[in-house]
Amino acid sequence: MTVADIIEPVDAEFADSEPVVVGRPRLRIVDLIDETLAGVFARPARAALTTLGTVLGIASLVATLGISRTAGNQIVGRFDELAATQVTVKARTSGGGSSSSGSSRRAPLPWNVEPRLDRLNGVVAAGAVAEVSSPGSVRTAPLRDPENITEQLVPVYAASVGFLDAVRGEIVNGRWFDQGHVDRVDRVVIIGTDVADQFGITRLDAQPGIFIGDQLFTVIGILSEAPRDEGLVGSIIVPYTVAQERFATTTPERVVIETDIGAAQLIAGQAAVALSPNAPEGLNVTAPRDPKRTKDAVQSDVNQLFLLLGLISLVVGAIGIANVTLVTVMERTGEIGLRRALGAARRHIGLQFLAESTAMGLVGGIIGASVGILVVVAVASSREWTPVLDLWLPLAAPFAGALVGLIAGLYPSIRAARMEPVDALRAGT
Amino acid sequence: MTIVHPVVVLDAVSRVFDSDPPVEALKDVHLVVQRGDHVAIIGPSGSGKSTLLNVLGLLDRPTHGRYLLDGIDTAVLSDSGRAAERGRRIGFVFQSFHLLPYRTVEENVMLSELYLGTSRKDRRRRAVEALDRVGLSHRRTFEPIRLSGGERQRVAIARALLGEPSLLLCDEPTGNLDSKNTDSVLGLFDELHAQGMTLLLITHDSDVAGRARRRVRIVDGELGEVA
Repeated sequence: MTVADIIEPVDAEFADSEPVVVGRPRLRIVDLIDETLAGVFARPARAALTTLGTVLGIASLVATLGISRTAGNQIVGRFDELAATQVTVKARTSGGGSSSSGSSRRAPLPWNVEPRLDRLNGVVAAGAVAEVSSPGSVRTAPLRDPENITEQLVPVYAASVGFLDAVRGEIVNGRWFDQGHVDRVDRVVIIGTDVADQFGITRLDAQPGIFIGDQLFTVIGILSEAPRDEGLVGSIIVPYTVAQERFATTTPERVVIETDIGAAQLIAGQAAVALSPNAPEGLNVTAPRDPKRTKDAVQSDVNQLFLLLGLISLVVGAIGIANVTLVTVMERTGEIGLRRALGAARRHIGLQFLAESTAMGLVGGIIGASVGILVVVAVASSREWTPVLDLWLPLAAPFAGALVGLIAGLYPSIRAARMEPVDALRAGT
Repeated sequence: MTIVHPVVVLDAVSRVFDSDPPVEALKDVHLVVQRGDHVAIIGPSGSGKSTLLNVLGLLDRPTHGRYLLDGIDTAVLSDSGRAAERGRRIGFVFQSFHLLPYRTVEENVMLSELYLGTSRKDRRRRAVEALDRVGLSHRRTFEPIRLSGGERQRVAIARALLGEPSLLLCDEPTGNLDSKNTDSVLGLFDELHAQGMTLLLITHDSDVAGRARRRVRIVDGELGEVA
């Protein structure tokens, strides 16, 4: 029997017994993931060192962006919080000659703003204030001592009880006046710390007196700060009833309202009606602009330098991954040959090495993002800032890492896919 | 009537390498391997054994002639089609085992059908069966580095058996083994042959070839049957 005898019948019978061709080899995605993880974790120390470059790059990028965002938000945030919760109401000064001045009635501001405004939902504190016109010079004693400058011209304000809280004032010594002082028209004053320094008043237990013009008042409190009205620390504040009686002060110049965050716009709409139900249009309400944050992050040269460093580390990281993957491909030549012998197509070989380098980049990105966030939190807590991160940053960082790995793996993967199985099997053991 | 195709039909196959001068590694080779055959191909180094193995394993294409594997004309297959047929129909056993380090014995065996897209559960079950068949079920969780040479080759054989291939293609399967391990591996081949597996061994060892039912000698790329 010759070979030809056997072949001929085979050929003749092809028609009715067509052998089934397997077709294209395929690789399940779970198996690819499995092989990838096995490949990466076969040498954990090497994989860890390989991802280090990506970790550093991603970490410095995340940290730089996060810190600049945190710092930028901090500056904006501090400014915002004070301004965004303040509403100021003033009487509309009817400018001379305006035709509307005749029709709109003059609406004097009332002094009793607290009961009118405190019931509005969103008001934290409210108070009225007016500057006392020409109160006279201020001194501690009626004696005129030519060697000591004991006479000062100090601004004097008349205020209602709620004014202290409305300007967020702090009393460092003594107390603020209360409704009892107002009702009894007690001759008491609150002085700012600057005034207290000038007159050498440090203690209040001896009930020090102070002369405004020719009239004696008792100092009951020292105001240390008033963030909404910085000038108050250099002034004297008297209850408005006292000012009405002694200095002929009439109506408040302005009403200051502290609101809850976000309530300023609402209160601004209601305050005029609450204060002057008969002629709300006669009042001028100043409210903060809609709280649109200036999102511009701080763009300093330092930030750009760090971003540049981060990008350079990423490039270095990519080169590292490419290098190690290439070495791995060479080391695993035998494995490549075996896989081809087991039925892997070229694309499966390429895909596997590409997936391994991408996985290393992805892991580097995840670790890098975590490290970067830790750095942001650490820096923020050391400055007592609120750490602020854009949500996209920790989400995008692992993808950036994976992209680095993907790009780095392209060339080694192509090399691996192009290997001839015969050569690969012969070369590898 | 079901037609049983011969597993291998080489019809006037030759393989010429484009070197200067061109080397004709296989010259007009005719070979038919029937299902259940146990064939040894013997020849000195440089005789064309490896080239023949590469052609039979679909790792290399013949320059001239036809190669029918399970009745399929392999010449019409694409590169990826050849990979698929190779994975499905041929089980390779190499001299150097080609086991992956860092992977357990079972994982190494499971690798066999990775590119056929069968489910992992199925592959694991049959890997256990195949390891049982070569007598290594107790080594499933071991890494290859902890196995003896003979055990490693058995793992490789289990891997080759996993997909129920039409042809077990063994390239110097005992080349790295001592005589005791050689005996045990050859004994395993005898068992597989008895179970109906088609085996084709390439070897330069006449003792190994002596265990085969049929011997074919290759010298200078020319094949001749040995009585």
